[in-house]
Amino acid sequence: MARTLFEKIWDAHLVTPESADTPAVLYVDLHLVHEVTSPQAFTVLREQGLKVRRPERTLATMDHSTPTLPRGADGRWPYVDAQAEAQVRQLERNAAEFGFELHGLGDDAQGIVHVFGPEQGATQPGMTVVCGDSHTATHGAFGALAFGIGTSEVGHVLATQCLLQRRPRTLAIRVDGRLGPGVTAKDLVLAIIARIGVGGGTGHVVEYMGTAIRTLSMEARMTVCNMSIEAGARAGLVAPDDTTFQWLAGRPRAPAGAAWDAAVARWRGLPGDEGARYDREVTLDASALEPMITFGTNPAQGIGVSGRVPDPAAEKDPTARASLEAALRYMGLRPGQAIAGQKVDAVFVGSCTNGRLEDLRAAASVLRGRKVKVRTLVVPGSRAVKRAAEAEGIDRVVREAGAEWREPGCSMCIAMNGDHLEPGQYCVSTSNRNFEGRQGPGGRTLLASPLTAAAAAVSGAVADPRPLVEAR
Amino acid sequence: MEPLLTLESRTVVLPRENVDTDQIIPARFLKVIDRKGLGKVLFSDWRYAADGTPRPDFVLNQPAAEGCRVLVAGDNFGCGSSREHAPWALVDAGFRAVVSTSIADIFRNNALKNGLVPVVVDAPSLARLMAAPGATVHIDVSAQTITLPGGGEARFPLDAFARYCLLNGVDELGFLRSKEEVIAAFEARRDR
Repeated sequence: MARTLFEKIWDAHLVTPESADTPAVLYVDLHLVHEVTSPQAFTVLREQGLKVRRPERTLATMDHSTPTLPRGADGRWPYVDAQAEAQVRQLERNAAEFGFELHGLGDDAQGIVHVFGPEQGATQPGMTVVCGDSHTATHGAFGALAFGIGTSEVGHVLATQCLLQRRPRTLAIRVDGRLGPGVTAKDLVLAIIARIGVGGGTGHVVEYMGTAIRTLSMEARMTVCNMSIEAGARAGLVAPDDTTFQWLAGRPRAPAGAAWDAAVARWRGLPGDEGARYDREVTLDASALEPMITFGTNPAQGIGVSGRVPDPAAEKDPTARASLEAALRYMGLRPGQAIAGQKVDAVFVGSCTNGRLEDLRAAASVLRGRKVKVRTLVVPGSRAVKRAAEAEGIDRVVREAGAEWREPGCSMCIAMNGDHLEPGQYCVSTSNRNFEGRQGPGGRTLLASPLTAAAAAVSGAVADPRPLVEAR
Repeated sequence: MEPLLTLESRTVVLPRENVDTDQIIPARFLKVIDRKGLGKVLFSDWRYAADGTPRPDFVLNQPAAEGCRVLVAGDNFGCGSSREHAPWALVDAGFRAVVSTSIADIFRNNALKNGLVPVVVDAPSLARLMAAPGATVHIDVSAQTITLPGGGEARFPLDAFARYCLLNGVDELGFLRSKEEVIAAFEARRDR
């Protein structure tokens, strides 16, 4: 029978299939671990006298609680508080005690777990990848079934290398046409979420397909898959192709030599068969899109940068109307207001959504030779991204524009490490969530692409990046 | 995990859609290395003013919320992050069930592992629950029913295995560990 990409991966990882009474036992090829969602899982292992079953399939780094300011003259990292440091120390202890590989603070490979995993070549087509983090969907860009799990499940995978899972439904999102100049993968995924809604993918695994997806770089595909969870889908997939293989070749954990050739041959069999069926399908035209920005407090509340803030009065459902009213009240925006020109107080470029080299290049292309008018943080997604960006002078462009060039980490996407907004501040951010208080209590987040974020930085207000890009 | 067969409680109503995990427990409270005592920061940014004083208008700060074990909220409850701290905080604050028209996937999985029942009902049933904050409801896990204010009941879906685990207090890790032999056989087959 013709099978989809998802079905091929699912079938290949079934230790036992599901029945009416029990979920499937699904084997996990790669378990990524970070400091925030793992400590309580290791406590359970310790309490029950269990080991990490497959340490070589367990790979850890640190990102959420880590400072993005450099070490002090005394060699100490400027942790936001003792709790953050204790969490980092705990992962160091757990890695030593349970014997798995950790790239901790100060390590050359350290970075945001979803930037780090692919960079290491650890994420490969056809794998199952899990992590105690909802943006694990990122790794689906390689044609891996990758999804976020809770801490109890982190414990399950550590102890058994398996998870109990019900088979999700499949949703095909076909994007035809071509993205226009200045319109990026971030704009595309924000448009998809605005279209299907913040719960539109619940219960589904998304497969992104169509000509617009095929022409995306690996980094852009990661941006798209990353935000699958913002539409409620635990996983997003892109079928692997030559773009995927070229990106992976030569990475530290990628197969080499004859093993590489065998792997590529195997991976070529992964894309969905002709005639494979999806439970649902949605189609979009990439060429109709403009740069997107969010105005509300969930990622589906997005509009084109030339658009106006919607009017709750037009919303028929009372709960939905109340939610939109609450969002606009929180954001301090008026119905019908043009979003362009809205003053902002800060700009954040970084995160597992847009913290890779290509994203920093995009931001730098707007910042080059201009000055930022508001506080602007540029935070590389990993140490490798930081090194590569510095090798081509992006750090200099950022600093000369008056923006801050930081150490890698999640930073102001989740505001756990001391990088945060003040109450009431507006921030155009390349991150993934505009939830109330996400970037600090009372902070107001407008999600956008690195180009749009940089345009806001040099304008001091929400602005269409296209004229700035075209001026080059 | 304690078995949970039935539950009778007054409801707390949160008339918001898309209540995300950052509202349930803001990220700055995730720097803990244990899971205890998170109930005090449940809905922290809605519950407390910047100076830490309780906001009297927030539903959880009202005397009627005392002792309530059932939370009723708008569509798509628990969207956002995978933080299990969200159900930990709800359970620590005394809740044992969340009622909505839909519940986000990862939150639902996490809730079930902590004996917090995800109760998904249809829109008319939710509207009745929303319209009667503080109403006493009875949840029967075995029958998969919740009584509605003013009479009648709604049935809610529950995966057979999740239901079995709730009713018997079964921990999934124990179940998975009992599969060790088939897991080892699977690995041997694949690594060949």
